[in-house]
Amino acid sequence: MMTATVQSRGQALAIQNLSLEFPTFSGAIKALDNVSINVAKAEIVGIVGESGCGKSVTTMAATGLLPKGRYRITGGSVRLFGHSTLTMDESQLQDVRGKMVSTIFQEPMNALNPTIRIGKQLTDVIMRHEEASLSDARRIARDILADMLIGEPERVMKQYPFELSGGMRQRVLIAMAFSCNPGLIIADEPTTALDVTVQAVILRLIQNRARRTGTSVIFISHNVAVVSQLCDRLYVMYAGRIVEHGATRTVLDAPQHPYTQALLRCLPERVAPKQELEAITGAVPNLMQPPAGCYFQPRCKEAIDLCRSRSPQLAGAEGREVACWRRGVGLEIAEQGSRP
Amino acid sequence: MTEGVDMIARPVLEVSDLNVRFPASRDWLGRPNSHVHAVNGVSLQVRRGGSLGIVGESGCGKSTLAQAIIGLAPYEKGRVAIAGQDLQAAQGKQKRELRQKMQIVFQDPQSSLDRRLPVWRLISEPLHIRGGHSSAELHAKAEQLAAAVGLRPEHLDRLPHEFSGGQRQRIAIARAMSTDPDLMVLDEPTSALDVSVQAQIVNLLLKLQRERGLTYLLISHDVALVRHFCDDVAVMYLGQIVESGPADAVLGNPRHPYTQTLLASAPSFETPLPTLAEVRIGELPNNRKLPTGCFYRERCSKAAGGCEAPQGLRRLDDGARQARCHLAQG
Repeated sequence: MMTATVQSRGQALAIQNLSLEFPTFSGAIKALDNVSINVAKAEIVGIVGESGCGKSVTTMAATGLLPKGRYRITGGSVRLFGHSTLTMDESQLQDVRGKMVSTIFQEPMNALNPTIRIGKQLTDVIMRHEEASLSDARRIARDILADMLIGEPERVMKQYPFELSGGMRQRVLIAMAFSCNPGLIIADEPTTALDVTVQAVILRLIQNRARRTGTSVIFISHNVAVVSQLCDRLYVMYAGRIVEHGATRTVLDAPQHPYTQALLRCLPERVAPKQELEAITGAVPNLMQPPAGCYFQPRCKEAIDLCRSRSPQLAGAEGREVACWRRGVGLEIAEQGSRP
Repeated sequence: MTEGVDMIARPVLEVSDLNVRFPASRDWLGRPNSHVHAVNGVSLQVRRGGSLGIVGESGCGKSTLAQAIIGLAPYEKGRVAIAGQDLQAAQGKQKRELRQKMQIVFQDPQSSLDRRLPVWRLISEPLHIRGGHSSAELHAKAEQLAAAVGLRPEHLDRLPHEFSGGQRQRIAIARAMSTDPDLMVLDEPTSALDVSVQAQIVNLLLKLQRERGLTYLLISHDVALVRHFCDDVAVMYLGQIVESGPADAVLGNPRHPYTQTLLASAPSFETPLPTLAEVRIGELPNNRKLPTGCFYRERCSKAAGGCEAPQGLRRLDDGARQARCHLAQG
């Protein structure tokens, strides 16, 4: 009954106005505020932002990976290939994860079971979702490991995770993520713990396989340069809100939001040696008591009165939006608002 | 750092043919019978007021090199001289004085600061160890240093857990400056920080260098940071320097095949992702049993006849640059 909607949309993941908070004894932490992210089929989408901005929480909420009872969804919806994941129970989610969506985490050692051989960990996943026999599952596992440029896949399948290097482990995890041909892969900082040469290989492997099989990818990273090399489109997050999104080249060549501009200016790549980098003054807001208006306003050089009183909404053309009163559509309203 | 770059002033730090190895296993009498060869014959120099960056992948021995230089890791062969004085040969009071001339800032300020000491004690701890200062003097000195790194006076009586990662790194930098060291070793000082905070710390370190003429040895895996921060750069692979020279020259026009691969794989805004053939999959060879000949031969796309012979650093161009490859054109 749900397949019809899948075909009609061409949309892998549609997160609409998702708001989420973590209740604590000293008050609720508003981790996400009105986050909307769309991923089309066969598209590679990046989410960038600094630690604590809600990049991982967004995708973990969408795939039901957050600990039950520790968070509260305060609004919005998530549709994964037309299915609403927010209303699913655990057994439904288990069918979805692996088959429709699968996640590659940052630390491969934590994502693999240290006491079980690689081969069994791979074939378990394949048998669970593909209803394959053990011999078929082993064949699929072997092929996909070879596809990840692992020489001697038979030998690696007999090994335990600790016997492999970090780069190998991450390639095993990518193999596992792709093994059941999910429509969407979520790669959550998959290369942050790795060296650059290994990182380049891992990114290439993800990109090649995704392009060949038409898999959508959400790539979460704090490294804008990596996102610029890999992704078609990108979302910039700050303090639990999307501040800007659009085609990767457009956003990076002509950033609009003051936060995106500042983020790019503080990278040493773009400045002459020994020149002062334009650091962003101040610190990220406390999401238990977020500032009024725009969350970036306390650190923003262009802030006006309106920024301090009302939150800007994403506005702009289709596929290229900015949440800032001082830009584009918001400007006229901003001028009216600043008048006494 | 390379010979000939600076003959005017005596270098602050001179390292020659440094070898560090750790016992990996022992026989029944407790004698080591195999070793991890972490640093294999490194020579370098840092001139006063200059900065040298060491880049390389994890496991290449760059942190061990930093630790051997400041005396945290024992070395069995080679020489480390600070301001012309041999560290290993020094004894007693002289050794303590030499140690005060160099300080280190570690990657993780969470674990490198004692969580029970207030900030003013943390900052003045090296002076406290040196002795001869009253508590009031230490507090006054801590206040000056805190101001220099951008901390406010009211921060001085707080504990490290009350600070963000960037502020903790400021405390660590203030502490390292407390003895007016000749050399500051920065071991991945910004790797644990977000980019906006990294920019603050990088700006601070560069400003301190301009104002106080500090000398830096920066250990980093981040090529872009080293290009921005350092005058000179040395690229390490398996415990050896494979290429060295002025940062803009080496990182702008690398000659050693390993440096070329490293730069091709570094994420960049200008270039697309490298192809798999460009990067070549491979890992560092086992450092328990060092390869014969060129250490990089196994992974090198240009490997040819002559690579099976051990490679020494060869001078290129005007002598400011060196590369450990017989194929590098000079």
